[in-house]
Amino acid sequence: MHTSPGSDLTEAIAERVRAGGPLRLEGGGTRAFYGRPVQGEALSLAGHRGVVDYDPSELVITARCGTPVAEIEALLAGENQMLAFEPPVFGVAGTLGGAVATGMSGPRRPFVGPLRDYVLGARLMNPQGEVLRFGGTVFKNVAGFDAFRLMAGSLGCFGPILEVSLRVTPRPRVERALVFEMVGEAARTWVTGLMGRPLPLSGAFHDGARLHLRLSGGEAGVAATKAELGGEDEALETWDAIRHMTHPVFGAPVLWRVSLPPTGSAEGFATTAWDWAGGQRWLTADAVDPGVWERAAQLGGHATLFRGQAPNGEVFQPLAPGVFNLHRRVKAALDPAGIFNPSAMYGGL
Amino acid sequence: MLDQFDARLDADFPPVDPVRLIAALKPLLPPENLKTQAEALRPYETDGLAAYRSLPAVVALPETVEQVQAILRVCWELGAPVVARGAGTGLSGGALPYPGCVLLSLAKFSAILEIDALARTARVQPGVRNLAISEAVAHLGLFYAPDPSSQIACSIGGNVAENAGGVHCLKYGLTVHNLLKLEMVTLEGEVLHLGSDAYDAPGFDLMALMTGSEGLLGIVTEITVKLTPLPETTQVLLAAFDDVAVAAQAVAEIIAEGVIPAGLEMMDGPALRAAEDFALAGYPKNAAAILLCELDGAAPDVAEEIARVSALLSSCGATEVRLARDEDERKRFWAGRKGAFPAVGRIAPDYYCMDGTIPRRALPNVLTEITRLSEVHGLAVANVFHAGDGNLHPLILYDAAKEGDQDAAEALGGAILELCVSVGGTITGEHGVGREKINQMCVQFSGSEIDAFHALKAAFDPKGLLNPGKAIPTLARCAEFGGMHIHHGELPFAHLPRF
Repeated sequence: MHTSPGSDLTEAIAERVRAGGPLRLEGGGTRAFYGRPVQGEALSLAGHRGVVDYDPSELVITARCGTPVAEIEALLAGENQMLAFEPPVFGVAGTLGGAVATGMSGPRRPFVGPLRDYVLGARLMNPQGEVLRFGGTVFKNVAGFDAFRLMAGSLGCFGPILEVSLRVTPRPRVERALVFEMVGEAARTWVTGLMGRPLPLSGAFHDGARLHLRLSGGEAGVAATKAELGGEDEALETWDAIRHMTHPVFGAPVLWRVSLPPTGSAEGFATTAWDWAGGQRWLTADAVDPGVWERAAQLGGHATLFRGQAPNGEVFQPLAPGVFNLHRRVKAALDPAGIFNPSAMYGGL
Repeated sequence: MLDQFDARLDADFPPVDPVRLIAALKPLLPPENLKTQAEALRPYETDGLAAYRSLPAVVALPETVEQVQAILRVCWELGAPVVARGAGTGLSGGALPYPGCVLLSLAKFSAILEIDALARTARVQPGVRNLAISEAVAHLGLFYAPDPSSQIACSIGGNVAENAGGVHCLKYGLTVHNLLKLEMVTLEGEVLHLGSDAYDAPGFDLMALMTGSEGLLGIVTEITVKLTPLPETTQVLLAAFDDVAVAAQAVAEIIAEGVIPAGLEMMDGPALRAAEDFALAGYPKNAAAILLCELDGAAPDVAEEIARVSALLSSCGATEVRLARDEDERKRFWAGRKGAFPAVGRIAPDYYCMDGTIPRRALPNVLTEITRLSEVHGLAVANVFHAGDGNLHPLILYDAAKEGDQDAAEALGGAILELCVSVGGTITGEHGVGREKINQMCVQFSGSEIDAFHALKAAFDPKGLLNPGKAIPTLARCAEFGGMHIHHGELPFAHLPRF
């Protein structure tokens, strides 16, 4: 069992919460660009840090929200384990709480599932400054509503996520990166076909000109797949650049993330770079065109303004009225006075 | 009849006149889809937990989403409780009717609407049987991974309601991990779509919140599931041990080695002997415990993992390690495991199946403590586990005809669940809370946590009419039954090491 030095600021955070809001929850500050700007007094959670429990044979790590993801990953790597969902981290200060609150998953997502699937439990602070524990540290747990899964991607709208228990996985024994000269839509069709077979794929990214594949698994399975698929070897570091969004395709004044059904039409987005085997497209532009939301919806997907300023200040895909109404009610259920990150996700939420 | 609902503790509805209720529902459905006579209601008075029985006022069997909407609007307007039911195989009384409720059966929603082989998805109605999905896509080289033991009969809608698990969960995930999209109807009769055909959806993850909510938040009318490619090769190892604790330690070693088996199951001596007599699986009957370890994937990788795990099991103290020689033997190994519950039913007049999860490292201690508790309560226990994910199914053997036996079985069951919580686990890994474990919820959760659950429930169901008295206890119930609350330092089993 491992722990790491840190500090438990639960009581100080509770005191601040009890004093009232609105509050703008902050971790390492590396993801502050994401979502709508929040009007509220800053409540820093970065000092609430440290690994509370890690037992490699349990495949579970529990850490406080301010613990840097890099620190967690280094600890896991020492035991030949990893966070399978590969959260993008936008700098060494990026925290676990920020990763869970923004809910972003990396290139392995279509092959192993999203961040949400790895959250086993969370401790949340309610507006009274009480600590609520949802879920736990075991994989199978169906007692009570799964409020811990609701925390993933909630942008802190339900309160400070003080502590998170994550399922971890063994590192694959072998990884190889391959690159192919192939145009985007042809590459997507090819990769989609491959995904119907039990192959050791762990990444499929197109940079607009070339297809990048990653294989992860046992020695023999990876070798056999490489022999079958061909392609040129490239450095595995390419996948770090994809994961952390430092690859050149992400550099533009305006950046949209467009999530589309991976096998459906991509009309209007066909020339974009994509990850997640075509399910996550990155549209770059010089100016914000609000028509992107409508075009994404027509294709059965949704768009997020990742970088740039929309005229109406919105960032995320508008929700159907009934679903938005339910969002308001769920937010009000856990934060009736609206003190935590008000309007971080949608105006009026 | 056990554990009737108590209006004082569970819900406080003004009674609804059944005549008025039936009159309001009659115009909405063909006569054969509305059951009102006592003998027609009787089959619906219980689900798979047959010790709990209660009669609805009426059973409605809608065939369209519009009919579901109309029925729910009537319930909303009249303030009538409504309980959804799938195949009725649930083991925690989740589909037990609230007395005088509308029992909403989704049995007629039994169509597979669309299979998309390329996207590896299937759009299905909630009444489709779990196994029927895999059968319908097998020719495409695909399957639906979550496989509860009842998969031949249970419906996918019930799987969503309970976030069902099964043998393959450790590698392939629970129901929630294998869903893309839900269509649901709110109590007010509004149709909502949660999730997406894309890999994610905007907003809060309400689909995840709906999954496992035991019918308390809305009625699911359509489900899009993820399909998985059938593995190239599947092999099973059987390892025998002469000490249960040593077998438990071997489980931890396999996981720590970096191997994620497709299934990792354990049976103790009483369970494996009953299973062997029932299924003739070829289990070593003199063993104190056996492990079944299934590995799947690309053929060369599986061969390599079989060699590694075999060596590991032997070095951990297995007295015998056997690889299923062929597909027939592999199926026999699993037939024994899947038949363990009915097999135990042959060695005792009744058994009570528990469902708790614990951290794997607590297995040896918990097994020792279950043995002690079994002696204290005077009832034998046979243990079957999803060992890979720490999900225990102690089967408490008793005789309902014997005075006091049933109460003793319930008391022992409650003590085992509290033991699970005390070592950092949970009172239910896959069966759900339902009616059965409503009191133990007060052991696992604090009053503030239960308050938060009620607030979430009210966000979806402001009148509290959906499946009342289930899954989330009222604080009044906790005050009456939650004397063993762990949140104020009153730890049950304080002598056990806690993790």
